[in-house]
Amino acid sequence: MSHQARDLAASRAHAPQTSMFVRMLLRAAVLRRGRAASALFAMVVAAAVATAMLNLYVDVQAKLQREFRNYGANIILVGKNGASLPVNSLSQTDSALAGRGIAAPFGLVVARTTDGQPIVVAGTDFDRVKQLNRWWQVNNWPTASQQALIGVRALPLVSPKGQPFDLTFQGKALHVSPAGSVQSGAAEDSRIYISLADFVSWTGIQPSTIEVAASGSPDDVAHMMDQLAQSIPAADVRPVRQIMEGEARVLGKTRATLLAAAALIILTAALCVLSTLMGWVFDRRRDFAIMKALGASEKLLNGFFAAESAALGATGAFLGFLVGIGIAVWIGRANFHAPVMPRLSVLPVVLIGSMLVTLLSSILPISLLRRVQPAVILRGE
Amino acid sequence: MFIRLVYESFRRQKRRKVLAGAAITLGVTVATAMIAVATDIGDKINRELRTIGANLVVTPQEDTLDVEIGGINLKPPTDGAFLSEAELPKIKGIFWHNNITGFAPMLPVNVALEKGGAKLDVTLLGTYFAKHVAYGNEDFVTGVRSTHPWWKVGGAWPDDKSNDVLVGETLATRVGARPGDTLNVSGRSLHVTGSLSTGGAEDNEIVAPLALAQQIIGKPGAVRRVYVSALTKPEDAFGRRDPKSMSGAVYDRWYCTPYPQAIALQLTEAISHSHAEQIRQVSQNEGAVLTRIEGLIFLITLAALFASALAVSAAMATAIFERRAEVGLMKALGAGKFAVAAVFFAEATLLALFGGVIGFGVGSVLAHQIGHSIFNSQISISPVLFPVILAIAVLVTFAGSALAIRRAVTLDPVFALRGEL
Repeated sequence: MSHQARDLAASRAHAPQTSMFVRMLLRAAVLRRGRAASALFAMVVAAAVATAMLNLYVDVQAKLQREFRNYGANIILVGKNGASLPVNSLSQTDSALAGRGIAAPFGLVVARTTDGQPIVVAGTDFDRVKQLNRWWQVNNWPTASQQALIGVRALPLVSPKGQPFDLTFQGKALHVSPAGSVQSGAAEDSRIYISLADFVSWTGIQPSTIEVAASGSPDDVAHMMDQLAQSIPAADVRPVRQIMEGEARVLGKTRATLLAAAALIILTAALCVLSTLMGWVFDRRRDFAIMKALGASEKLLNGFFAAESAALGATGAFLGFLVGIGIAVWIGRANFHAPVMPRLSVLPVVLIGSMLVTLLSSILPISLLRRVQPAVILRGE
Repeated sequence: MFIRLVYESFRRQKRRKVLAGAAITLGVTVATAMIAVATDIGDKINRELRTIGANLVVTPQEDTLDVEIGGINLKPPTDGAFLSEAELPKIKGIFWHNNITGFAPMLPVNVALEKGGAKLDVTLLGTYFAKHVAYGNEDFVTGVRSTHPWWKVGGAWPDDKSNDVLVGETLATRVGARPGDTLNVSGRSLHVTGSLSTGGAEDNEIVAPLALAQQIIGKPGAVRRVYVSALTKPEDAFGRRDPKSMSGAVYDRWYCTPYPQAIALQLTEAISHSHAEQIRQVSQNEGAVLTRIEGLIFLITLAALFASALAVSAAMATAIFERRAEVGLMKALGAGKFAVAAVFFAEATLLALFGGVIGFGVGSVLAHQIGHSIFNSQISISPVLFPVILAIAVLVTFAGSALAIRRAVTLDPVFALRGEL
């Protein structure tokens, strides 16, 4: 007797039942490769679909919120009673945001053109506005001092041929040259935008408005508003209500639709697994009968089939989880041009769900078979 | 004999047929519901996006510049050009009139609010609240209540025919006006029905019926601008092209697509001396959000179709596998491969048709329920979908059974009958 065989014999003598149990499990999987593989395949597909759907459901909010930030500001800070904001407001807003959004300052005055027409002139930070108000159609952003961005409706009035022009405010003149035009379909079209540095040195007025696009959930945004109100007490902090409400509504409806779809799909996948597995267990009624005829106890039989289906469920869930993450990442790339973050929190849900479905699909046929005499099954009746 | 075989199979093996039929029904139900939701989701989300406000604005063509800071209008109220109120119903006569969900005219005028002897310069904004407008045979209600749904009123909305007003909440606290009070505005006493909260410039204004604002500046029928809320198709490269550079057929195609630009052009044509423009903040982003959501639901519908196809084929494979002995007997009695396959395919087709019809019905109900509970509106299912769904059901059932049937016809009858496979 070789060394190895002696070890095996010793271990069997030590725990004969355990080793037989494991052998039966392994043999069942190896010998009936075809059916086991098809059951596993169904399980993997179901777990993959469930993982992908749950992952998307969790992630779609963040993805769509990002889309909604393209609508621009959802919070507006204005000086109380029309006053200017303190000089350090913008840096305080930036530190409150800490990278979770973008803020742009605006100062507004009514100036006069050379022929005495009143016109609104705004001072702002062009680099920030470029990121905040992505819907502005701008043909050329100003880069240097004394360059202006002119609204399409104001353009024919102040600089029809693109020539430099003068603006006066309280007796002080400013000479600007047009760099480009801005079109938005709203108030911006009748304004002239100059850089904040030019604006402050010309008018001596600090910005009166800061527009903030804060990212995150409604709770995050509300928290951000509290924080801003605390750090800049001179400012009135207001939500841009139509943006916030529209966002909440669209997100809510989309998530609800997604949830309904996920429920339907997961249910279908689960039923697919259930029918495949039940067929598989039913097909093995001969194994069941032989085991019973050889004297296996009810407990052992239940344990055997339960262990087998649990193992199948767990394997299927792990493989399916990996495949599902792949699908979710692909959908994220294809649709949102950004990968969906794999959520490990989905794994336990999928794992428990898979094992429940597999256990159910083996317990049902077993409880039917238990009442039948082994002899009847073996005779093929 | 063939028909009898199929008929008896259905009559004697009810349990198996019901199980396989149930799987097909479920698959078709899910497919129908998801396809119906996916085809309608764009329209539904588009309507939800209208909460963000109007996406088009119509202004007079020869207008002077707006001189407006923080909602305070510094332009003399009679300065500049106006649109004619009488022409507004024509908005409902444009090609895409069914896509217009509402419009609201605006006429801001400067008034003096008298309070305790002191005079306060405020803006009074004339508009429609929920006005009945008739165009041709069509009668519809429009105004800020549909185009500006985020406006919240504490108290009651005024009637469009009355001289009642809303007071913005900031202004209301400043002058201490409450619903039921009377305000002295430029020599008129106006009844306040409620306070208005918008989060915008209107919080500092008085909002009144349009006719009242026209009386105050003595210009009957005058409107400064009109906000139009329209369901639009996300703008693409074709939509951005300049219509002036297009040839006839291309121009027609552009004109008959609900791009924001095309609807703006139709509005400009409908109202004389006007210029309609998309409000880019609203219309540009709408396209992005809409495309993303539609894409997402489309991909998920594909997943649903895949899952239901799999469920159907799994059920069919199991059902056929269980009938090995039967196949063995048929072959032992001399049936050829073709005859055996024909029986199974005929059964599969029957099951698919039954399951398809029932599944389509249940799926329609399900889609209706989803539309009702999530969007508070109907999800319509076009009858065109019915043959398509039925064809898909038959196809998927065939594909699902094909592998199992192939295995069944290659069975050795001896082994099959002894149950050794």
